[in-house]
Amino acid sequence: MGAVMGTFSSLQTKQRRPSKDIAWWYYQYQRDKIEDELEMTMVCHRPEGLEQLEAQTNFTKRELQVLYRGFKNECPSGVVNEETFKQIYAQFFPHGDASTYAHYLFNAFDTTQTGSVKFEDFVTALSILLRGTVHEKLRWTFNLYDINKDGYINKEEMMDIVKAIYDMMGKYTYPVLKEDTPRQHVDVFFQKMDKNKDGIVTLDEFLESCQEDDNIMRSLQLFQNVI
Amino acid sequence: MAAGVAAWLPFARAAAIGWMPVANCPMPLAPADKNKRQDELIVLNVSGRRFQTWRTTLERYPDTLLGSTEKEFFFNEDTKEYFFDRDPEVFRCVLNFYRTGKLHYPRYECISAYDDELAFYGILPEIIGDCCYEEYKDRKRENAERLMDDNDSENNQESMPSLSFRQTMWRAFENPHTSTLALVFYYVTGFFIAVSVITNVVETVPCGTVPGSKELPCGERYSVAFFCLDTACVMIFTVEYLLRLFAAPSRYRFIRSVMSIIDVVAIMPYYIGLVMTNNEDVSGAFVTLRVFRVFRIFKFSRHSQGLRILGYTLKSCASELGFLLFSLTMAIIIFATVMFYAEKGSSASKFTSIPASFWYTIVTMTTLGYGDMVPKTIAGKIFGSICSLSGVLVIALPVPVIVSNFSRIYHQNQRADKRRAQKKARLARIRVAKTGSSNAYLHSKRNGLLNEALELTGTSEEEHLGKTASLIESQHHHLLHCLEKTTNHEFIDEQMFEQNCMESSMQNYPSTRSPSLSSHSGLTTTCCSRRSKKTTHLPNSNLPATRLRSMQELSTIHIQGSEQPSLTTSRSSLNLKADDGLRPNCRTSQITTAIISIPTPPALTPEGESRPPPASPGPNTNIPSVASNVVKVSAL
Repeated sequence: MGAVMGTFSSLQTKQRRPSKDIAWWYYQYQRDKIEDELEMTMVCHRPEGLEQLEAQTNFTKRELQVLYRGFKNECPSGVVNEETFKQIYAQFFPHGDASTYAHYLFNAFDTTQTGSVKFEDFVTALSILLRGTVHEKLRWTFNLYDINKDGYINKEEMMDIVKAIYDMMGKYTYPVLKEDTPRQHVDVFFQKMDKNKDGIVTLDEFLESCQEDDNIMRSLQLFQNVI
Repeated sequence: MAAGVAAWLPFARAAAIGWMPVANCPMPLAPADKNKRQDELIVLNVSGRRFQTWRTTLERYPDTLLGSTEKEFFFNEDTKEYFFDRDPEVFRCVLNFYRTGKLHYPRYECISAYDDELAFYGILPEIIGDCCYEEYKDRKRENAERLMDDNDSENNQESMPSLSFRQTMWRAFENPHTSTLALVFYYVTGFFIAVSVITNVVETVPCGTVPGSKELPCGERYSVAFFCLDTACVMIFTVEYLLRLFAAPSRYRFIRSVMSIIDVVAIMPYYIGLVMTNNEDVSGAFVTLRVFRVFRIFKFSRHSQGLRILGYTLKSCASELGFLLFSLTMAIIIFATVMFYAEKGSSASKFTSIPASFWYTIVTMTTLGYGDMVPKTIAGKIFGSICSLSGVLVIALPVPVIVSNFSRIYHQNQRADKRRAQKKARLARIRVAKTGSSNAYLHSKRNGLLNEALELTGTSEEEHLGKTASLIESQHHHLLHCLEKTTNHEFIDEQMFEQNCMESSMQNYPSTRSPSLSSHSGLTTTCCSRRSKKTTHLPNSNLPATRLRSMQELSTIHIQGSEQPSLTTSRSSLNLKADDGLRPNCRTSQITTAIISIPTPPALTPEGESRPPPASPGPNTNIPSVASNVVKVSAL
């Protein structure tokens, strides 16, 4: 009798809640699933010691401390996954959509392609970008542009990158963003960089062209004193 | 910008190196870190309890007291700490906000004390985290209601002559305590409702016998008296209904309300009875109508708050009650069927049909047990006992469930509606704050350039507009500026975007810009115009620039000998506000600040005398005639 009542009451009150039996089972299942997921994310990662990091990078102990405090605050588990990375980066660009560019950045930071960026990766990349030699910086940038990591930049990859950069500008710009502005930007870039006009830019071409350009050289030194 | 994200600003700036090879223009200078001090611990002494935190933690929120220079007012030189004469308990929450980015509301705290503290520290209550926001809002609402009630009871002492007669009457009806007349009316109607109900009841009591005939109910014996009483009551009720109808602020809504329907139903039978004659055919129907007179008892619900709550309870619990009814019906049908077939064999059984068995099932399941129908066969008795046992369960179980469901669902609905209403308002406020932050960059651009321009005019009495942004702000803005330079496009706000769109579709005349480019040989010299020979033609070369909008760091001041032609509307519209203010000054002193941009389209290549000629001067540039009289002074 009770079971019959139960099933009928489930039909009756289906807009409120399913019958207790079915609901209970479903709820437990979901909760277990959620708990599993939570357990996975609770994996904690501790970075190597301060001395080792100081030796590996160009930062002093103090700077590493400051960096780690900020890192740990935002990612208590010790690793950044792509979602968090995108969210953090998007905070700096409220006008437009920074997620595509953040995706490429994440891939550039995540050198081992594991899907998560640990503090060591983070600090290594920052060390190159802020304290590295011009050569290192350019090589890192080349790696960023080379989306499929095959050693060459072709027009499509550059197009994606430039489109991602323009996405960060958002809609309200002056002058108004036209459809082919990114493409023209890419054409300009390729004209400058592609020495042998074969449609792809290799690392050497890239290094060479950048070193010829005063503007780029100067702007690479722009963030020397960021930390 | 959110809390700890400020700590990631170095990362975002480092990542900007990825834009550098793509950019065609040189990047702006980075803001200098003037007082580059190491991160230090600062001590906050709040009424004796010492809190310590990093300075950068506090600087995450520069628009609060602790994050801005306002805290310097509280600096104690002798003890080298910041002393606040405030509540240390609440300060704990405030400091945690800086540390974690989430503001919590402690439940034990008084709401007004908490609000005061938040106001002191310059923190908006809207950023309370979701975990505590509902509690906060509930408490705040209760507090506000309490204040309102206090205010109302104060106001009730005074008279309010500004209300119209109709409004006073409505108020008197709804709230009988407002005036003595209303109270009198309230009691009178209550009395007459009671009289009417009692009359209806007494009417049917047998009242002794008229000699020679059977017992009559009182209603027929003293029919005239009862008729008079009934008439009086109905007249009172009618008058009351009409008065309420007259006084109601929204008559349509009043007519549709439950109470007015009850009123109408209560008095209708009388009028219908008046209209109808003593026709034998319809008197049967008329008698039925008199049943509706009992609805007068519901008029008491205006007088009793409890009745109203009960009515609302039943209304809101309708689905649970429906469920109870449905399950009961199911059980009744099942058992009635079983009993019918079980008793079919017995002779002279009362269980003549299944519907006839319904009565037995109901009486048994509700444990009434009248005994007018009893099973006689063994099978019938067995099933009868099962029926009564399950009856207990079926009846007893849903009732507490209904009661608790009612309380839960009621509160839940209230909370859901509350949350929905709050959510819209909250999102709106958050959106406003967000546009504030994205406008902060545009604002600071304007202010920054205007400051430079003002500095050069030498008018020292003009103070710097806008607040000096914190270092983090200036670094963030520099980052956004680099992005602008990379893409050769600028951030503008929505209104100007619309304006641009309208204008670009409307006009076509060549640009009227006074040429000006500084001959500054520093880092940030002319950008794309110099490189115009390298860059390809951008398609928007016929871009109108009635008013130049893009601003770069260069600014030029025209000191004109002659009167300024109207063509020197070559000022950035972003400075239009300030320019209007400056204009009176300028007219007198013939100094106009014109902040000129280096235009992106090569067609609008500016020209200048005091700088080396550009690679390709645009052919369709109108050089205003004042060019010869203009002395250009580079601003940077």
